[in-house]
Amino acid sequence: MSTILELKNVSVTLDHHAIVRDISFAIEDGENIAIIGPNGSGKTVLLKAILNLVPYEGEIIWRPGTTAGYVPQKIDADRSVPLNVRNLLVSKAHIIGKGEKEIAEAIRRVGLSKESVATPIGHLSGGQFQRALIAFALLGEPDIVLFDEPTASMDEPGEEQMYALLDRLRAEAGITAVVVSHDLSFVYRHADKVLCLNRSGLCFGVPAGVLTPELLATLFDAPTFYGHTHS
Amino acid sequence: MIASSFFAVVLGLASALVAGLVGSFALMKRITLAGDVISHLALPGLGLAFLWHFPPLAGAAATLAIGIVLIDQLQRRSGLIAESAIGVVFVAALAAGTLVTPTEDLIDALFGGFGEITAAGFVLGLAGCAVVAATIYLLRHQMILGIFSPDLARSLKINVDRANTLYFCSFGLTVLLGLHFLGALLVGAMIIVPPAVARRLASTLDQYLILSALVSMIAVGLGFAVSIHWHLPLGPTIVAVASLIFAASLAKRM
Repeated sequence: MSTILELKNVSVTLDHHAIVRDISFAIEDGENIAIIGPNGSGKTVLLKAILNLVPYEGEIIWRPGTTAGYVPQKIDADRSVPLNVRNLLVSKAHIIGKGEKEIAEAIRRVGLSKESVATPIGHLSGGQFQRALIAFALLGEPDIVLFDEPTASMDEPGEEQMYALLDRLRAEAGITAVVVSHDLSFVYRHADKVLCLNRSGLCFGVPAGVLTPELLATLFDAPTFYGHTHS
Repeated sequence: MIASSFFAVVLGLASALVAGLVGSFALMKRITLAGDVISHLALPGLGLAFLWHFPPLAGAAATLAIGIVLIDQLQRRSGLIAESAIGVVFVAALAAGTLVTPTEDLIDALFGGFGEITAAGFVLGLAGCAVVAATIYLLRHQMILGIFSPDLARSLKINVDRANTLYFCSFGLTVLLGLHFLGALLVGAMIIVPPAVARRLASTLDQYLILSALVSMIAVGLGFAVSIHWHLPLGPTIVAVASLIFAASLAKRM
C-alpha cells in the first residue's frame, strides 16, 4: 500500500469565514474513508478543496499520476436542457481521451438501463440520477472517487442499495473512496477509517477505535447540529 | 446587383446556421438575454461609424468587443447586482447609440440593411462563419459539462472561464455577422428564436442543435424571399418569419 493522497494543515476561508481549519490526514490505496460531521461542518468544502475547486491554505499532495472521480451532492439539473446521461459520458470520455468501451463499462458498473441513459437528465428519478453521477465519476477508472453524501436524497431502501453498490464497486474495481456521510451506521459498516469534522478535525482513525461516545457528543452537540435537517 | 444579392443570400444563410448553433448553447447556458444585451452594444459603434464615415461593421466590432469583456466579467459575479448592471449596460448602449447615430441612418442601424455586400465583405463574412462554427465544435464537450455542473467540469481540469470567454467571443462574432441583415435591435432574434423552437421540437441534443440551425436558415431564406417579393424591409421580415415558426411550434404539446 502507498499513500494516494495526503492533506497537511489544510484550511479553507471563504468570504472571510473560516470554513475548515487545519485538517491533516492521509489516504492509502484501496481504503474507504468516511468523513462525518454535522451540517455546516465543512465536509463539502473540504472535498472541493481536495479537488482544487476552492482556494485553500496548507498542502494537498497527490501521488503523481493519480486520477480522481467526483460525485457531487446536488446538481440542480435543468429540466429544459436536452442533455441525457449518454451526452455527459461522451463529453467526459472525449475530455479524458477514452472511448465507447469505457462508457459501456461505466454504465454497466452502476447498473443503469438503456432507457435511463437516453432519458434527459432533468427527468431521471433521484436514484437514477445518483447512479448516473457515479457512472460519470467512474468513467475512465479513476484511482480514487470522492462521494459527497451519495444517499442525501434517498429513502432507506435506496440508501441500502447505494451502499451495496459502493461495496460492490470497491470489491470489483478496487477503487479508493472518500465518502462524506452523516450516517453513523454507514461509517461502522463500510469505512476503514473515519474523519470527524466540525470545522476542525476532531478525530481520524478506525471507527471502532476513535468514535467514542464522548467524541460523538462533542461532534454532534455543537450548535450547528440543531440546524440539521434532511431535505 | 446580382452578385450583391447572391452574396447577401449565401452569407445570410451561413450566418443563420452559426447563429442557430451559438444560440442553442446560449439557451442551455441560460444567457440568451445577456447575449441579447451584447448585441445592442453594436449600436453605439454603428452610430459612430456613420457619424465619422468609417465602415459600420468596424465600429460595431469595436464596441461589441468592449461589451463582451463587460458582460463576461459581470456574468462571473452572480446575483442581483450583476443582473442590474447588465440591464444598465443594455439601456445605456441603446441610449448612447441612438444619440450618436445620425437620424437618417438610425433606422438602418437599428433594423439592418445598410450598404451593399462587397466581394471582400462576402469572403470575410464566410471566414467569420467558419471561425464561429469551428470554435463551437471544438468547445462543445467543455461547454456541455460546464452547463451540467461547473464544479464537475473543473474537477476534470476543464478551464470553464476560458471556455466561457471563447464562447462569448464567438457570440460577438455571430452578432457582427448578422448585423448587416438585422441591425442592432433585431440581430439578437436569430440567436434567441431558433433555439426556442428547436427546444420545443427536439428530444435529443443532436436533434436540438440541428433543428436550431435549420430553423434559423429557414427563417432567413423565407425572410429573403418574402421581403423581395413584397418589397418589405429584410431584417423585420426575417424576425417575423422566425416568430411565426415559433408560434407554429407551440402547437406541439410538451
